[in-house]
Amino acid sequence: MKVVLDHLTKRFPSRDKNGSDVIAVNDFDFEIPDGKLIGLLGPSGCGKSTTLNLICGLEAPSDGKIWFGEDDVTNLPPEHRGVGMVFQNYALYPHLTVRKNIMFPLQNLKGADKLSKEEMEARVMKAAKLVQIDKLLDRKPSEMSGGQQQRVAIARALVKTPRVLLLDEPLSNLDARLRLQTREEISRIQKETGVTTIFVTHDQEEAMSISDMIVVMKDGILQQIGKPQDVYDDPANLFVAKFLGTPPINVFEGFVENGWVMIGDEKILEVGEVEDKPVWVGIRPEGFVLDENGPLTCELERVEVMGRDTSVVARHEKLAGETIRAIIPAENKVDTSKNTVNFRVKSFKVHLFDRESEERIYFGDK
Amino acid sequence: MSQVNDQKTLDQISRAAKTRKTILNVVIYVFLALWGLIVLFPFYWMLLTSIKSYSSYNAEYIPKFFTLSPTLQNYFDAFTTVDLGRYFLNTIIFTVATTALMVVVITLAAFAFARLEFKGKNAAFGIFLSLMMIPTELVVITNFVTITNWDMRNTFWGLILPSVTSVFYIYLLKENFEQIPDELYKAAKVDGTSDMKYLLKVMIPICKPTMVTIVILKVIECWNSYVWPRLITDDAKYFLVSNGIQEIRENGFGRENIPAMMAAVMVISIPLIILFLIFHKKIMEGVSRGGTKG
Amino acid sequence: MKNNNLKGWLYLLPAILFLGIFMVYPLIDVVVYSFEEGYNFASQTYRGVGGYNFSYVLHDPFFLQAVKNTFILVIITVPLSTGIALLISLALSSIKPLKELFQTVFFLPYVTNTLAVGLVFMVLFKKTAYSDGMINLLIQAFGGSSVDFIDGPYWAKMLVTCLYTIWVVMPFKILILTSALASVNQQYYNAAKVDGTSKFRIFTRITLPMISPMIFYLIITGFIGAFKAYSDEVALFGTNLNAAGMNTIVGYVYDMLYGDSGGYPSYASAAALILFAIVLTITVINLMIRGKSNAA
Repeated sequence: MKVVLDHLTKRFPSRDKNGSDVIAVNDFDFEIPDGKLIGLLGPSGCGKSTTLNLICGLEAPSDGKIWFGEDDVTNLPPEHRGVGMVFQNYALYPHLTVRKNIMFPLQNLKGADKLSKEEMEARVMKAAKLVQIDKLLDRKPSEMSGGQQQRVAIARALVKTPRVLLLDEPLSNLDARLRLQTREEISRIQKETGVTTIFVTHDQEEAMSISDMIVVMKDGILQQIGKPQDVYDDPANLFVAKFLGTPPINVFEGFVENGWVMIGDEKILEVGEVEDKPVWVGIRPEGFVLDENGPLTCELERVEVMGRDTSVVARHEKLAGETIRAIIPAENKVDTSKNTVNFRVKSFKVHLFDRESEERIYFGDK
Repeated sequence: MSQVNDQKTLDQISRAAKTRKTILNVVIYVFLALWGLIVLFPFYWMLLTSIKSYSSYNAEYIPKFFTLSPTLQNYFDAFTTVDLGRYFLNTIIFTVATTALMVVVITLAAFAFARLEFKGKNAAFGIFLSLMMIPTELVVITNFVTITNWDMRNTFWGLILPSVTSVFYIYLLKENFEQIPDELYKAAKVDGTSDMKYLLKVMIPICKPTMVTIVILKVIECWNSYVWPRLITDDAKYFLVSNGIQEIRENGFGRENIPAMMAAVMVISIPLIILFLIFHKKIMEGVSRGGTKG
Repeated sequence: MKNNNLKGWLYLLPAILFLGIFMVYPLIDVVVYSFEEGYNFASQTYRGVGGYNFSYVLHDPFFLQAVKNTFILVIITVPLSTGIALLISLALSSIKPLKELFQTVFFLPYVTNTLAVGLVFMVLFKKTAYSDGMINLLIQAFGGSSVDFIDGPYWAKMLVTCLYTIWVVMPFKILILTSALASVNQQYYNAAKVDGTSKFRIFTRITLPMISPMIFYLIITGFIGAFKAYSDEVALFGTNLNAAGMNTIVGYVYDMLYGDSGGYPSYASAAALILFAIVLTITVINLMIRGKSNAA
């Protein structure tokens, strides 16, 4: 089931009497293709949870429409939309066993959809097997670990075979090790069921690792949408560039002059036909190449060995931040006896942004 | 889930859901307004009757819901015919003295339990807690005899003394005191602060919200107390407002002067209503934090 | 260290003194009184020791009337007030505009003087030579016949007592239940809504189990409070409750102690202990029911 957001807007009245409305979601207009796993990504307060609530029908939009396939579901109450939702704290009913928790949505069905007891049991079993908790059905939620509770929540969301599965920060309550394991699990379950899945997260790594597509948001405004690698390689603006990637992109104050990108008086990169003006120069950590004759001279701070790679920490007066982090292959040795280090840069790892609007300035074949 | 793709059906469902919600909302508001009316009506009636003149009140076989010729005569009567002013003053003295004494007693006790280390503390606290379960009705008999034996009937001391401790408030305050981090106490000790000074200058200011809540709740309790004052005073010079009201009802204005009676009731109720309007958040919070009435 | 011990007890001293004199000693004394037969208040002497006081109280028609009144009051007002309070709290928690105003208004009776508002109730319900009273006129408007609720038949007096008691206890219950409802995580409701759970089912399967500890707390405290009913009745019917036939057990205790029939602390003590026994029994039964339903 594809999901279409059609100029969707949600305004909340301001807390204080005279303030203006808070726009949580501002004119969202995009399509989520059928059967894909989509990550809604952004810092807290960017409107991603509101978007999720709009899609599942817990909140009504101020403007715009929502389509599930060919159905206009904008004003439909949640139970008629056919959505399953996993809440951030799982919202498992503490007084019911796992079995009864998973069965709960089925018992709500009425009329022609009503299921017999055997059918319900079978559906519960199937969902429980899918998330591999079929041995734990008679426990109470409080007797389970966080990861197990998470699985129960997913099973409960899937048991009524929803058209769209929604997950709100599904991994935020798990410890680091479980997080890795669970995100693979979510990816597997999504592939097995083929249900269109939308999940919300503030963790870019999480979103990048399992999504077919990510939607980057900030302050209620859609920043960019695309495949994770495409968005990483080709950020639309400075915010997206900074938000994606660990370690984060290094941003320098620079300018374009006569077809060259300049940082201070260092000629970093030839970019051809670009208008002369001040810019932000973003260089990915892996975009630096160790080169004694490289144009970018930095003050060497320290070298961190990470096994496969080496991380060079350095300073530069034009840097918009504390330190530069460059990731270089471990076989390239840094001469630590000197207190400076020189780099040249890989052109496709360098992005230029307008100093004022912070929008991307494209150059070369990019 | 029904895979109805007919947009018309979907629209119908949307509309039906909306209508249902609207109807439910109307029902809810009507219901709440109705209860609001039940709560407020006695107060309105109190006010209305108190400003009707004696003759017009008695002339209305069917009482009117408003009056065109309000009078303050009843209030004048209330203060002159019976000694309402004195009841009022007595209640203020009783309330202030009881509350002030209680605050001192419970603060000292709560401080001892929360901050000091001494032998037998846990046992003492256990006994205190178990006293919370004792109903006043059980102890009132002996207290009556005790106060009578001490010749304290018809005195303020007799009214005040039995209610200057509350195990529940000691407990509440102790819990609050314990939330203050140990480091503050250690820092104060390093600076050579005495325990008493630490209590007065650090703990009480930090726990002011709880103290205020306790004071307000105690004031309400004192202002409304009836049973004990009734037992211990039969001299009208020492009546509190509750007893005054009862006195007025039985002997005061003569049974028929309802407007004057309502004026007296009005005067008695207003201080607490004002207190409530100012502090309603604090009072409600305090009560829901673990108070039971009385 | 020794110094510290002394200091701790010094801080506790005022509280211990007051509690000792007005709480611990009376507790023992009340039992002593209840077994002293023929105790004379003036001379403070007694004839002998035995269970006569209890037997006297249990055979006193006034006491039996008071027990009957109290039980009727408890049985009617506790479930009714808890139920209505639950309805009101549910309604309150489902609205946003005006919520605070309603909450504040609903809490108002808590801070008002029970005796004072009781008089207003009396005026509203009373039938006099001059007027049938507000409520009776209302009844007549709906085609009923008027009745004197204050000096009239027993059931009418009981009715107005119950109504007033409910009016008085409601604020506390509404407050407790509204905060209990507010403490249920909104996510449970959202989850249920997404699953298409009907309002009724959300209530019985989610809301009720989650706030059941608070409801239970209200029922227990409600029972205890209602068994101690007294000043509401005084407000409505005056101090001579025996004459009105509307006395309560607590009222009987006080009347025995002081008042028209007063001067018998032994009888009062016996009655108070009987009341305590009743309340204790009811509370234990409540706890047992609760324990059983929890185990199930």
